[in-house]
Amino acid sequence: MMASSYNAKDEDGHHPGSVGSGGPGAVKSKKPDNTAFKQQRLPAWQPILTAGTVLPAFFMIGLIFIPIGIGLLVTSNNIKEFEIDYTGVDMFSPCFNCSQSYSWNSTSACTCSVPFTLDQPFESNVFMYYGLSNFYQNHRRYVKSRDDSQLNGDKSSLLNPSKECEPYRTSDKKSIAPCGAIANSLFNDTLELFYIHPNGSRIAIHLVKTGIAWWTDKHVKFRNPGENNNNLSIVFQDTSKPVNWRKPVYELDPSDPDNNGFINEDFIVWMRTAALPTFRKLYRIIQKKKDNMTPTLPPGNYSLEVIYSILEKRITKMKTQIKMLRFTVFLRSVYCQIHKLPELSMLKKENILILFFQLQNLTFISKFYLLFFCNYL
Amino acid sequence: MARETGESGETKSTKVKKHKRRKSKKESKTRIVHANILYDLTKGGDNPNRHYANNKIKTTKYTLLSFLPKNLFEQFHRFANVYFVFIALLNFVPVVNAFQPELALAPVVFILSVTAIKDLWEDYRRHRSDKEINHLDCLVYCRIEKRYVEKYWKEVRVGDFIRLRCNEILPADVLLLSSSDPDRLCHIETATLDGETNLKQRQVVRSFIDLFDPLKYNSVIECEKPNNDLNRFRGYIIHRSGKRDGLYKDNLLLRGCTIRNTEEAVGIIIYAGHETKAMLNNNGPRYKRSKLERQMNVDVFWCVIILLVMCLFSAIGHGLWMFQYGDKRPVFDVLSPEGTELSPVVSAIYLFLTMIIVLQVLIPISLFVSIEIVKICQVYFIHQDMELYDEETDSHLQCRALNITEDLGQMQYIFSDKTGTLTGNKMVFRRCTVAGVEYSHDANARRLAMYQEMDSEEEECTSHGGTLPRRDSVTSHQSGKVVLRSQSTKSHRRTGSRAEAKRASILSKHTAFSSPMEKDITPDPQLMDKVNECSSQMEFMRFHSQSLNQIPPDLCDVFDFFIALTICNTVVVSSPNQPRQKVMGCSMLSSPSAESTLTKLKEEKRPEHDLQHAFSPVPPNFDKTKALAQDECELRYEAESPDEAALVYAARAYKCALVGRLPDQVTVELPHLGKLSFELLHTLGFDSTRKRMSVVVKHPLTEQITVYTKGADSVIMDLIRPATGMLPLMRKRQRKILYKTQNYLNLYAADGLRTLCIAKKVLSKEEYASWLQLHLEAETAIQRREELLFESALRLETNLQLLGATGVEDRLQDGVPETIASLRKAGLQIWVLTGDKQETAINIAYACKLLDPEEEIITLNEACAVLLKNNYAGLVIDGRTLAYALDKSLEDDFLAVARSCRSVLCCRSTPLQKSMVVKLVRNKLKVMTLAIGDGANDVSMIQVADVGVGISGQEGMQAVMASDFALPRFRYLQKLLLVHGHWCYSRLANMILYFFYKNAMFVALIFWYQFYCGFSGSSMVDQWYLIFFNLMFSAFPQLVTGTLDKDVSAETLQELPQLYMNGQNSEEYKPYMFWMNMIDAFYQSLICFFIPYFTYVDSDVDLFTWGTPITTLALFTILLHLGIETKTWVSLTWMNWVSIGFSIALFFIVALCYNASCPACFSPSNPYWTMQRLLGEPIFYLLCVVTPIAALLPRNIYANIFL
Repeated sequence: MMASSYNAKDEDGHHPGSVGSGGPGAVKSKKPDNTAFKQQRLPAWQPILTAGTVLPAFFMIGLIFIPIGIGLLVTSNNIKEFEIDYTGVDMFSPCFNCSQSYSWNSTSACTCSVPFTLDQPFESNVFMYYGLSNFYQNHRRYVKSRDDSQLNGDKSSLLNPSKECEPYRTSDKKSIAPCGAIANSLFNDTLELFYIHPNGSRIAIHLVKTGIAWWTDKHVKFRNPGENNNNLSIVFQDTSKPVNWRKPVYELDPSDPDNNGFINEDFIVWMRTAALPTFRKLYRIIQKKKDNMTPTLPPGNYSLEVIYSILEKRITKMKTQIKMLRFTVFLRSVYCQIHKLPELSMLKKENILILFFQLQNLTFISKFYLLFFCNYL
Repeated sequence: MARETGESGETKSTKVKKHKRRKSKKESKTRIVHANILYDLTKGGDNPNRHYANNKIKTTKYTLLSFLPKNLFEQFHRFANVYFVFIALLNFVPVVNAFQPELALAPVVFILSVTAIKDLWEDYRRHRSDKEINHLDCLVYCRIEKRYVEKYWKEVRVGDFIRLRCNEILPADVLLLSSSDPDRLCHIETATLDGETNLKQRQVVRSFIDLFDPLKYNSVIECEKPNNDLNRFRGYIIHRSGKRDGLYKDNLLLRGCTIRNTEEAVGIIIYAGHETKAMLNNNGPRYKRSKLERQMNVDVFWCVIILLVMCLFSAIGHGLWMFQYGDKRPVFDVLSPEGTELSPVVSAIYLFLTMIIVLQVLIPISLFVSIEIVKICQVYFIHQDMELYDEETDSHLQCRALNITEDLGQMQYIFSDKTGTLTGNKMVFRRCTVAGVEYSHDANARRLAMYQEMDSEEEECTSHGGTLPRRDSVTSHQSGKVVLRSQSTKSHRRTGSRAEAKRASILSKHTAFSSPMEKDITPDPQLMDKVNECSSQMEFMRFHSQSLNQIPPDLCDVFDFFIALTICNTVVVSSPNQPRQKVMGCSMLSSPSAESTLTKLKEEKRPEHDLQHAFSPVPPNFDKTKALAQDECELRYEAESPDEAALVYAARAYKCALVGRLPDQVTVELPHLGKLSFELLHTLGFDSTRKRMSVVVKHPLTEQITVYTKGADSVIMDLIRPATGMLPLMRKRQRKILYKTQNYLNLYAADGLRTLCIAKKVLSKEEYASWLQLHLEAETAIQRREELLFESALRLETNLQLLGATGVEDRLQDGVPETIASLRKAGLQIWVLTGDKQETAINIAYACKLLDPEEEIITLNEACAVLLKNNYAGLVIDGRTLAYALDKSLEDDFLAVARSCRSVLCCRSTPLQKSMVVKLVRNKLKVMTLAIGDGANDVSMIQVADVGVGISGQEGMQAVMASDFALPRFRYLQKLLLVHGHWCYSRLANMILYFFYKNAMFVALIFWYQFYCGFSGSSMVDQWYLIFFNLMFSAFPQLVTGTLDKDVSAETLQELPQLYMNGQNSEEYKPYMFWMNMIDAFYQSLICFFIPYFTYVDSDVDLFTWGTPITTLALFTILLHLGIETKTWVSLTWMNWVSIGFSIALFFIVALCYNASCPACFSPSNPYWTMQRLLGEPIFYLLCVVTPIAALLPRNIYANIFL
């Protein structure tokens, strides 16, 4: 785009013969070397700025960005998103009872079911998220309150967690596993999804609970202590569960040993502290049907069953807090080809940026106009 | 520079020690020195000299043990270092810590250690040079061996007898007790002390007339305590007999001087080591802080304010955030480790401290180090500039102050010395007028013009060869190079090319004022004929013993004119083959008296020679001297002032050569007459009030007592009176000559020549006798001797007969008028402060276009208040008036007048006045001043000015030692200021602004984040990136830009000196620019923060996966910003590209390694595999493209529209 010429000035200072030609008696003169570097005449790239070369170049750049912009725009329009708010602040919300319920000390968790209707089919894999707002997972002390080596399966850290975990380091003179405030505040609502067949029957939709965490987290960063010992209850016997938890870490998913203990993916996902106070975290994946004929979620009526469990120990203090915690479920379907893009809803904003880009081009052009005129003046 | 500071520090410490000693020994205010040999056997136990400092010098700051504490202590004098250590230590407090404490210490430790290593290296160099000096040899008398033995300098002690040979450097301050010189003189050269290259005479202490024998010495010397006054020494020597003899500064040889023209001398050491006058004088230059740095410090202060405001804002925000939850603490607000809850107020206070840690980067830790590095690089490049290299002297610019390069770009006033600075201090005989006839010496003028051409030609042809024979040099304790001049003559061996011949001449110039330009005067043919005619007639007449009166008067005048030129001076003759050895006269002396003197001398000398034969470096061989003298008789003239030498060389060109000078006779060789010896009856030396000198001689041909006077035209012309008993015809002729000569003198002056009038007077025996009587009375007078002698001289110098006048050119250095013109165009005010007389100064000012012939000149000679407000006037003020003008009550008026004048010329000013003028202008007008000079008299001015420049070419080292920059030639000032000054200033100003921007931009990112993390002091940027961002990732490109950026090319800067005003008005760095940069930084950080924010808002992104792209974007933006800010952005050199590429590569490599290194480390961020994952996501690349462009948009638009 820029016709650049290598402007190496004539290196007249190099006299290959002159060095040593003075004979043995010659004493070196203090004269500085005449090299481009020492004389500050380093060759520089000098674009030749004429409107003829520069303008087309910038129009080309603009043209390249236009299809990119269009592509992104189309893609983001193809993303379908469905959002359900089950916080239950609203009087008519099905979960109102649960949110208002004061019977926290009852062992049975509050359950509510939220009906909803999908107008359009969701094809391909559907990702199910839960979201929290005004939950400051990025609070400085909260972020620090964990012990990575404990989570990595280190035996000594298991029994003697890092000081950073205080005050969630020990309970009843036993070390807490997993220690720290992040683990302690684990999101433990249970969400189930049912398809209400037009004939009235409720068909449970299979939610896949693995594959939701980073591969490296699951396989490298998080490890259960005790190497090959499959009996996690023995491994964790000298530890106590986090104070807010209802069950110990080795019972997070008793059905699947590869998803239990520290390598439970719900747990791993939670431990990756969110950047912003309003965030979502991947909860489950609804895999597309094998036959590829019927959509993953056909249009129709659905019901979301929520086991509304609030962190028990701090109940009284959390009373008004509930209003601020807004539990939301996002349903999203992503088309295969851009499946990898984690989040494309922002692309609408991106369009503005593309405009910016065009503007930028304009300024470049204006600069070259100026230089162009200067050359002629 | 650093060395100087070191030395000054050392000197101070010794001073302190001395004070203590002085207190402890209050009883004595004087120093008593005994000879050491009397106490040798007692091993110094009761040696009275044992308390005095020995001659070992130590200028190092540290010892191995004291290095660490002392260096750290010194570094902590810098406020910034204390600040960063404080921040780092704050991290060790658990409640407020933001980073891992060890990690937080890393940058400050890095910075401190870099500086410490630099200091260590400098100190080591000092140590090495000290060692070298301490291990120089000298001859010290040993009692046991009863002879002089070689000792190291450091072993010399006060009270030792020391024998000095020709060309040796004095190891300490020595009282002269004996000299091989028949006149009991010792010649020394004080170039290293005061920069004067002419020889100075020192006298043997009066009572030691006989041959000195150390064993017989048993006197005691009582003298002053060590002090730094070079021109004062008082004391007396008490002999055993109780007789006292006074000691004066004429008896003292100072450390660092070189013995010349004296075969050997013996003395006793009075002051040694750090107590010598040279060392006490060696207080380094004051610490200079550049204007830009002062300005920068203000902005650093503003940064602190901004930081505090941001921290306070966050603290209040945090308090409010906590407060809104009331006593229902949310689950993410973790309790303190003890499980207690903190009230909002307390946590707000803690948070304030935490925020200071997190946002500490706002105060640029690496700024100070970077500036130092950049300045060193700048100095390197200035040093390497070929155009600042002087072929003739094989020297280039020296930067002695490393920390004020950018001040060169902001100068407003230049104070220049004249002689040696503007002029070459090379006097060249140009033309003369004899008996009213002008001899224009056209051929001579052409020759001079040719020399100039040759100069430029040779610069090209000599640049290829590298065969310059270098002078041997020894590093002296003053850190300068002392040139051992004797060796220079070795270079006479072969003369091949013209260039080589020239170089030989360059070297010989160092021994005298005798470049071929000055020596080879082409005689005017007309005058030459007259001289020949005259002398042949004289020869004829002498042969026929006729009276000389029959020679036509004009021929007679020509003859007298040249005799006057030859003998009316104090020139010492020496031969080049025996450098700086006094020549006793060529052989074949015709005058019997001279011969007898010589034999007398021989007799005197013999015994000494036998004694010293083994040691003497040049065994005196009279036969050889004679032979050589016969061969070529190419004599060299040593003159106190270069114009004397010029006149003697001129006379020699007319075959009227001075061949020998003894205290009582002068020998002149004339073409037909052979050698004539004039009996020298009196020499009435030059003084500035009389402005003339005279010699009274007995003419060998006429046997008349003749007075030859040479002096400034203004005084001589008034003394011309036709002799009373003269024929009217003669009288008329005299008047005519007077009239004509005056015309020519005016002509010469207009040409910028230094004019001198030559006159003579013939005294009758009676007149002489009567004058002599009074004169002898005056000479022997005890009181008012000087005054009486002055009056006596006045009595003699009356009724002179004008012979002629000479025009001597003190040649301007090459390119001076051009340099001055372009410096003026650059908006620089140039003042010339000179010790010279007014006429010369004005002449030179005209010659170098400082004064315009058309402009009005206000001359302030008496304290008249001519307050003309004229913009195009030149102001000339002389020393006495200056003293008046510098008075407190008048200085404002003086400045007002001076400012309204285009140029100011201060003549006859003393060194102190020079510095006072500079100080006055600097303080009152608040301008940046530069003082340039070459001699010792400019030192105080150089030290006072913001930037002191020394001219290193001609005179000695004194000015150079005091200066911040040393140039070989005045004309180099143009490139130094206009190009390098401009560049250095522009580069540094931009770099400093960029630094502020960069840090603010990066820190603001974290500040914006506080709004999204409950003002909890959390940071989305990994602490490793945060701490090393400045130190590693973004450090190199700005250093490269700061070193290599060129806003305008060197050629343009020199062609358009007006561009320099840019720096004078501080246009690159104005206070508002700091704020503009801050605003831009905040804007850019907003973009860099909110584009990723909107990209990832309401998503499952985690803290550091979100923070890493932000860091990357910030880096890209900052580097791209630098690319735009680089003035040569259209021609970024590959260095810029490489540095930017390197920075980006470094960031990614470090990030990838760091993110792959340890899955369970680096709490709390634990960024395992973050970067790797990001690099797999297209959105990351999209962000990297879009964000920096959006961020730089406003600056780009601004740059395009407004620049």
